[in-house]
Amino acid sequence: MKITVKFFGNLAEKVNLSQVELDIKPNENIKNIWNRATDNYDLEQNILVAIDGDYAKFDDTAKDGDEIAFFPPVTGG
Amino acid sequence: MIKLSKNPFNPYQELAKWTKIQENGKYGACCNFIGTMRDFNLSDNVTHMSLQHYDKMTIKQLENITKICQDKFKIIDSLMIHRIGDIEPNDTIVLIATISAHRDEAFKSCRFLIEELKHKATFWKQETLKNTQKRWVLGN
Repeated sequence: MKITVKFFGNLAEKVNLSQVELDIKPNENIKNIWNRATDNYDLEQNILVAIDGDYAKFDDTAKDGDEIAFFPPVTGG
Repeated sequence: MIKLSKNPFNPYQELAKWTKIQENGKYGACCNFIGTMRDFNLSDNVTHMSLQHYDKMTIKQLENITKICQDKFKIIDSLMIHRIGDIEPNDTIVLIATISAHRDEAFKSCRFLIEELKHKATFWKQETLKNTQKRWVLGN
């Protein structure tokens, strides 16, 4: 099962990654995906996550074809 | 109506165009918010700004916010236009407007939309300072 993982804002610079493809296991949760994608980079409390464009939680699980996005607090407007 | 704009826009012209397509005589109040780029922030001179967004999520979130607003307030219609990409000082960053039969719903719904946008819509600002240093805006 493959997913795409994206990073935005200053987070992409911190983890030195904007996008990566990952093979995942069935029912693998977002926290585990973060750890594997970032090589265990510190998961700061204010980091947000979305699955296919909807806000999600770090204990949610991913499925084949999902797009997972990690990003800092938004600053639009 | 929700739009992302790569190019500068005149908020007053956009507001005029949008109110023109509304049904005459049905609304009694129009409230708007215009956010404009400053040339200073945190005591530094800012010469330029880049607005990153997450294309898969941004419009989806703005649509969600609009739906919640329509359920919460008695509005007839709403407008949100947000810049993306490269922005210069004095450019409009965001235009929000709502129309309703009476002023109270227009004021409250307009405030609701901008506050929700600021906390949920996936935009990130990166400033360029006068000394060419770049920095991400962290607070909102």
